[in-house]
Amino acid sequence: MNIANSKYEEALARYTQKIAEASTEEMVLNMGPQHPSTHGVLRLELITDGEIVKEVIPHIGYLHRCFEKHAESLTYQQTIPFTDRMDYLASMNNSHVWVMGVEKMLGIDKDIPKRVEYIRVLVCELNRIASHLIAIGTYGIDIGAFTPFLWCFRDREHIMGMLEWASGSRMLYNYIWVGGLFYDLPVGFEERCREFVNYFKPKMDELNGLLTNNQIFIQRTANVGVLPLDVAINYGCSGPMLRGSGLKWDLRRIDGYSVYPEIEFEVPIGKGEMGTVGDCWDRYKVRIDEIEQSLYIIEQCLDRLQKELKRTPDFDPRAKLPKKLTPKPQDYYVRGEGAKGELGFYFVHQKKKEFDKEGKERYLDTEIPYRVKSRGPSFCNLSVLPAISKGVMIADLIAIIGSIDFVLGEVDR
Amino acid sequence: MSLEEIKTILVHKFGEGIVIGEEPEGLQPALLIDSDRIAEVCRELKDNPKTYFDFLSCLSGVDYGTDENRFGVVYHLSSIPYQKQLTLKISKVNGRDLEELPSFPSISSVYQAADWHEREAYDMLGIYFEGHPDLRRLLLPDDWDGFPLRKDYTTTDKYYKGIKID
Repeated sequence: MNIANSKYEEALARYTQKIAEASTEEMVLNMGPQHPSTHGVLRLELITDGEIVKEVIPHIGYLHRCFEKHAESLTYQQTIPFTDRMDYLASMNNSHVWVMGVEKMLGIDKDIPKRVEYIRVLVCELNRIASHLIAIGTYGIDIGAFTPFLWCFRDREHIMGMLEWASGSRMLYNYIWVGGLFYDLPVGFEERCREFVNYFKPKMDELNGLLTNNQIFIQRTANVGVLPLDVAINYGCSGPMLRGSGLKWDLRRIDGYSVYPEIEFEVPIGKGEMGTVGDCWDRYKVRIDEIEQSLYIIEQCLDRLQKELKRTPDFDPRAKLPKKLTPKPQDYYVRGEGAKGELGFYFVHQKKKEFDKEGKERYLDTEIPYRVKSRGPSFCNLSVLPAISKGVMIADLIAIIGSIDFVLGEVDR
Repeated sequence: MSLEEIKTILVHKFGEGIVIGEEPEGLQPALLIDSDRIAEVCRELKDNPKTYFDFLSCLSGVDYGTDENRFGVVYHLSSIPYQKQLTLKISKVNGRDLEELPSFPSISSVYQAADWHEREAYDMLGIYFEGHPDLRRLLLPDDWDGFPLRKDYTTTDKYYKGIKID
């Protein structure tokens, strides 16, 4: 029924005003650090008015493990396992970016064998799928759907198994080394990987039917937590967050590092299919589409690894490993597309000052960086949360947090 | 857009003395900027249609060692429309007294992304940013002593707030 009666609207306005005046008491509510929907140890201090969130104040640092301080006392090679522990859901991507930076500083980035580069891209994309599967599965749980979580973890376990086979570890691999790899892929890896791709493709359709196009899910996520593009750029958001807001910005394409220029893939962006561009559903959908593109990339890598870059008995992935990792004094900012967005490392390398026996100053080459700053994509993506969650319901805040997909290991480092 | 052109734009707008040096060598050339006017420079680089450096990739505080007592901040800007990167550096000599922190203008009003990065730089290196809206410690607890990434930092051993640490 359409109410056009002005008298009624007057009464309605009076009533609304009365309720609005009665409910202005603010309350501080602590969410986290041990709340499951904060995806780790994040504490959010909410200033609420009833169910409405007036302000969000994030408190981070509960998982701070002094990455930068450690990096100042360890050599470049020794720090690789620490980079694995930043974004522990996509360790390969972290060490790939770190290694790229060190290789560039050493000037050996052009000498890396093609097979090594393709294996790196292959394992990175596998890990990106694993990371996105977690994002999607736990997002389902946040919204109230349990089944997608189990399905995603079931499929992710296949990836974990394969990467464990290659590197010896389930999540923290230390597989990509400066100048090469820890080890060549095990015999039969390519075949098993292709089997997985064929198994996994129909599973994505099932997942789409279960969650992506689910009416309840759409109603919970469409038009919620809209992140306009200018805000996203200003806050330094990257990865699926930025692409969800409608910008085709993927460092794999923009910078074209490693062998990505030789590989075909699309950069999916948010189109506002279910609501506004940049809402939670768009960010979720970008991840779904990225999984498909990653599968496509993996297939191309496998094609090349099985044909022209075939395994040979005398192929040694450690052949190009430099004996000494001593770059010239310089500083360099390396960036790459991690699973969550732009992952960057800023290196400052200087010579080490020492005093010899006669007490004279001398400067020696060193394998230890002078200063390392890591720019985690989750760090910047999380910082936009207070800006996009003003005036939303508490339940919607959970939906927004889930759609950001941060890993506290990377936020706190 | 070369480094020389950016330099010309800045000198044209702010006069000589805004760019106090250049590091043209190396993998990523950098401009050394007058540290008091970094916020204006960032605003200009962001809004000028010829540059449009609209994305702050990274902001790092650096302690250049106990010999020089020089503290600096390095800005990595990136331009989405032009797909370019730019490095800006500012630095100043400052004592290591915890009461007199090295202080630079905050650029958080230009790039919101700088907000948390500057808080982190304050937290780890004790670099103060004037005009920052909320410069609390970010990663460490509020009652932490000292700034851990300074080169002269030594851990407060044995006791933390009266509690024995083994």
